[in-house]
Amino acid sequence: MGNESFDADLTRSAHGQIAKERLYHWLLFFCAALTVFVTVSIVVTLAVDAVAFFRQVDALSFFTGTEWESSRGTFGVLPLVTATLVVTAVSAIVAIPIGTAAAVYLSEYASDRMRSVLKPALEILAGIPTVVYGYLALVYLTPWLRKGGLDLSMFNLLSASIMVGIMIIPMVSSISEDAMSAVPDSLREAGYGLGATKFEVSTGVVIPAAVSGIFSSYILALSRAIGETMIVVMAGGMQARMLDLTNPFANLFNSGQTMTAAMVHAVTSDATGGTPEFYSMFAIGLTLFFVTFSMNLLSNRIAARYREEYQ
Amino acid sequence: MTRDTPLETDGGDPRADGSGTAVADSAAQTDSSDESLLDSSFDVEDRSHASEDTDAIVEARDIDVYYGDEQALQSVDVAIPEKRVTAMIGPSGCGKSTFLRSINRMNDLIDAARVEGELLFDGKNVYDDDVDPVALRRKIGMVFQSPNPFPKSIYDNVAYGLEVQGKTDDVDEKVHRALERAALLDEVEDQLDESGLELSGGQQQRLCIARAIAPDPEVLLMDEPASALDPVATSKVEDLIEELAEDYTVVIVTHNMQQAARISDKTAVFLTGGELVEFDDTAKIFENPESQRVEDYITGKFG
Repeated sequence: MGNESFDADLTRSAHGQIAKERLYHWLLFFCAALTVFVTVSIVVTLAVDAVAFFRQVDALSFFTGTEWESSRGTFGVLPLVTATLVVTAVSAIVAIPIGTAAAVYLSEYASDRMRSVLKPALEILAGIPTVVYGYLALVYLTPWLRKGGLDLSMFNLLSASIMVGIMIIPMVSSISEDAMSAVPDSLREAGYGLGATKFEVSTGVVIPAAVSGIFSSYILALSRAIGETMIVVMAGGMQARMLDLTNPFANLFNSGQTMTAAMVHAVTSDATGGTPEFYSMFAIGLTLFFVTFSMNLLSNRIAARYREEYQ
Repeated sequence: MTRDTPLETDGGDPRADGSGTAVADSAAQTDSSDESLLDSSFDVEDRSHASEDTDAIVEARDIDVYYGDEQALQSVDVAIPEKRVTAMIGPSGCGKSTFLRSINRMNDLIDAARVEGELLFDGKNVYDDDVDPVALRRKIGMVFQSPNPFPKSIYDNVAYGLEVQGKTDDVDEKVHRALERAALLDEVEDQLDESGLELSGGQQQRLCIARAIAPDPEVLLMDEPASALDPVATSKVEDLIEELAEDYTVVIVTHNMQQAARISDKTAVFLTGGELVEFDDTAKIFENPESQRVEDYITGKFG
């Protein structure tokens, strides 16, 4: 008798409870699966449309061609790829040192009050729509740089890249700062206890201990720079130009068309569905996807190699 | 077997309450064997090299420390003898760690901390305006409560202090010697390139000790260095501390009274409220303390 009621206690609510738990399980699984599904479908869609493009245009000439003139049916993707790389490289040169230094300041040097002012200010910077940055690059930055003596075209990759760099600074600084703040104080104390200065502790202890987080901030920021569209369309121009290694400054000072800008062009031009000009968008998109993807892989490798884990 | 003249007689007793005077101490010398107030549950070791007192290398004069509005230390006076082990004991929150951290100005890192009074190191007040805490910390090494090796290789951990202090000659040799002195070299000789975090807790703490002594400081501050270690590792660290006292002045905070009794020459007892209640030879403190409160604390009636 006693045993039976005990059993009943153990099993009474079990049925409803198990059903509920199952429901939660599937609900959560559904959400997780949805993100995977969306990602996969995007890649598949891109691939399918890209295949349609490659039926009309030779893939080899697409990937090795150094001229892009979509309205005339010349589809060589290299000028677009190199323009994208130029923009990414210059924006990295702008954003990585400034962003990292800002993160060190916020995490190691700033007083609590200073931090409470600066952090939100940086986050506002991150919230400005990119179209505003594009406008600033075109209307202010380019004229300034010209006044400063640079022989810039009205549309040029230099202003565009600098502005992209400014745009991604908050990304670098905010994520890096989180990584640095997460370094335990005991490590800082160990450094100070050995007679290290604040700068030595920051560079020799905190940054190495936070390096994997700092690296991920670079990866995220650069992926953002690669995919950035509005600024390069507005300030960089729409004219595809192959990278000229013999005259590196010319690449920056003249207009150029990045992959993203070329995709905008394909959408906004008169090209109608079914033409190679229209489908070129998907081929570029797929190329862009692989560029970002391989960059992420590479950066993860580098981060893993320099990782200094703390407990 | 016990110590001769206590330190205070040559420097003058800086403490206002006058506890632990030379008279009381000589009494302890004669009485400690048979008339000890306490059960001799504390094994106060004979430390032959400590048979004579040395000059004070660190001297606190009326030190008050505040964290914001809260007072963590109340007019502490203490003279820490050179090349001896001085233990700071007391219940949690009594200010012993605070005192330790005020010696090398680690309290500077806490915004709310404020130190008043004089703290002399080699006769110079370290809180003078012209003292650079970075330079001070190069002469006063520190080992922390839980092992905190850098996420770097064992070698780089030990070399770090040399590097920041610009002592870049014979780094290899200095690293090896420090590891050897920290009784760790034999265990890690083949893995100097591996991360310091791969070591066990006890090894990590000895690594931290090696790191602290590599730049050859004059004083070694240890903030409960064995509290996160198992008994075997603890006894290794304790042996090490006794050896280190041949070359360094060691100031160790511990709340393990047996440990203080085993390894120290002098003991300072802090009690609640950040007050240094008694400072004297370790044997005297554990066998025949002046203060009733200290006796109660040591016998476990309080704290």
